Amino acid sequence: MALTPVLTAHWDDPKSFEIESYKKYGGYVALSNSLKMTPDEVIGIVKDSGLRGRGGAGFPTGMKWSFVPQNDGKEHYLVVNADESEPGACKDIPLMLANPHSLVEGVAIASYAIRASKAFIYIRGEVPHAIRRVMNAVEQAYAAGFLGKNIQGSGFNLDIVVHAGAGAYICGEETALLDSLEGRRGQPRLKPPFPAVAGLYASPTVVNNVETLASVPAIILNGADWFKSMGTEKSPGFKLFAVSGHVNRPGIFEAALGTTMSELLDYAGGMRKGSKLKFWIPGGSSVPMLTPEHIDIPMTYEDLSAAGTMLGTGTPMMFDHTTSVVKAVSRWLEFYKHESCGKCTPCREGTYWITGILEKFEHGKGKEEELSVINDVCGQIAGRSFCALGDAAATPFPGAMKYFADEFRDATRIAADASFPPSATTIFDKAGV
Amino acid sequence: MSIRAITEEDIKNLEILAAKYPERRSALLPMLHYVQSIQGMVSPAGIQTCAKVLDLTPAEVAAVATFYTMFKRFPMGKHHIGVCTNTLCALLGGDELWKELTDTLGIGHDETTVEGLFTIERIECQAACTVAPVVTVNWEFMDSMTPKSLRELIEKLKLGAPVQSTRGVQITSISDSERLLAGFNDGKYSDSPLADDSMLAGLRVAKQRNMSAPAGKGVK
Repeated sequence: MALTPVLTAHWDDPKSFEIESYKKYGGYVALSNSLKMTPDEVIGIVKDSGLRGRGGAGFPTGMKWSFVPQNDGKEHYLVVNADESEPGACKDIPLMLANPHSLVEGVAIASYAIRASKAFIYIRGEVPHAIRRVMNAVEQAYAAGFLGKNIQGSGFNLDIVVHAGAGAYICGEETALLDSLEGRRGQPRLKPPFPAVAGLYASPTVVNNVETLASVPAIILNGADWFKSMGTEKSPGFKLFAVSGHVNRPGIFEAALGTTMSELLDYAGGMRKGSKLKFWIPGGSSVPMLTPEHIDIPMTYEDLSAAGTMLGTGTPMMFDHTTSVVKAVSRWLEFYKHESCGKCTPCREGTYWITGILEKFEHGKGKEEELSVINDVCGQIAGRSFCALGDAAATPFPGAMKYFADEFRDATRIAADASFPPSATTIFDKAGV
Repeated sequence: MSIRAITEEDIKNLEILAAKYPERRSALLPMLHYVQSIQGMVSPAGIQTCAKVLDLTPAEVAAVATFYTMFKRFPMGKHHIGVCTNTLCALLGGDELWKELTDTLGIGHDETTVEGLFTIERIECQAACTVAPVVTVNWEFMDSMTPKSLRELIEKLKLGAPVQSTRGVQITSISDSERLLAGFNDGKYSDSPLADDSMLAGLRVAKQRNMSAPAGKGVK
């Protein structure tokens, strides 16, 4: 497999975020083409392409669109999940910075397909730089006649509202996002009913990730077969991989699905000098970790699932031999404790208990029997909460125990900072400080 | 610290926000951002005002305001500084940056310096892991920070010297950022630097090694 810049192809254009630049490379042609088709034809192409959601769950996008009931006399809504907050995920924010028009065009095409005349882009509040770029792209698209009333004489109307969140990881969960967008606490809803039937304001709603929608214009423009010529049968197409951690050249690498971690690591310049890969997480802290022996597994939904983990957001975090697994897991659990919305008891209380115990291990004061207590609590959280945050919170510890149980046993005697001095784990020497 | 009163002009702006949505309550988060932009916090008066504009009870608004981490119920300083201490940033240096910051300013999490210049916070993952460790000033990113660059940043902010965010605009105040988040575009979209090394990493390798996506029939 190879690098396949599509979304990122023109990010080196100094005005990549302006509409003139986007149009220069064929921008908004896919929208014009779509408006000449029926909405169902557009859904058909996206279905044929096999595009799967890039937010983490990997649900087939065309199928999601087709679930929206037609001729039901209700308003339909498209909601963009731009709440990228998963630890390790850092691809949607750069995309909105560098190429916001690909998102806006994707929103317009998707809205046409699902017969929505109002779309919302829900962006996490902590990224004003990305919000500015998207706000501007929306304004430019209105001025150019790609949004608003009777777009390109097609009779199709679309308004987009750019909406900022206010600091809550849980709002990345689609039903919590909808509650938040309705001006409520961002707490997940029980499914069913699914958003396609009763979403925003109890109307049929599609919630799609930023990268998913930004991928749509290229698919419409070049066809489903072109898209499927990249990737594998079950994981077709290109994907933004964001590689971070102890590598020489962290960054965004757009490659065909099925590219291996060892290839991505090569593109990222390898592990930093004198360092050895210890463990890595393929797609955000909510998916189980892997070790160096797994780096030749193709990065696809199916292959990573077979390896006991998930593609998730496709944003590998790479940690070298200087890293304490105990500390890493402890910190992730602190995150889930902080971000648990409090609705479901197992998640709210369970994350609290695990964090308390892991903190002792981090300081070398854990007791061996407490390892099974953590395991039990994880088992009580997983599958017993409304949403995937609970399952995610129950993921890092068992995932780490699978490969690094000895390190947790050592942490009954030795503090993490003594076994793994933080000064060696930091990357300040790289900056010459 | 004195808090500016909510004026008729502010109510008009809150009405503008409410009118953007099919159901007015959807504007509540933007409205709370707006209140925070003028008062430096979500005050009881701010909660009352939002409740009145949306025809909700103050308790309903308070329930929402207290759910979201970005809304503060204490007056923030002129600048809000965040240090990411989620796992990846923490290990790559965030913990040390946090210690440096608390030592330098003599305050802790969610506290404000006495002269009212800085409020600091340990923050969660900012979706910028490729430029870790990350610090934010008024939520504008300062990428790949070191203890030294953090000390310099604080000094500049104390002196009121210009500070350019590595991904965003020139730093002004938390109030200005909050106004943008409320939905009032400041038009500064092109003030940000161009795509950085981490964003262009893959494209550069692809060009060096002559890799590309298969040719399509489209123009792209």
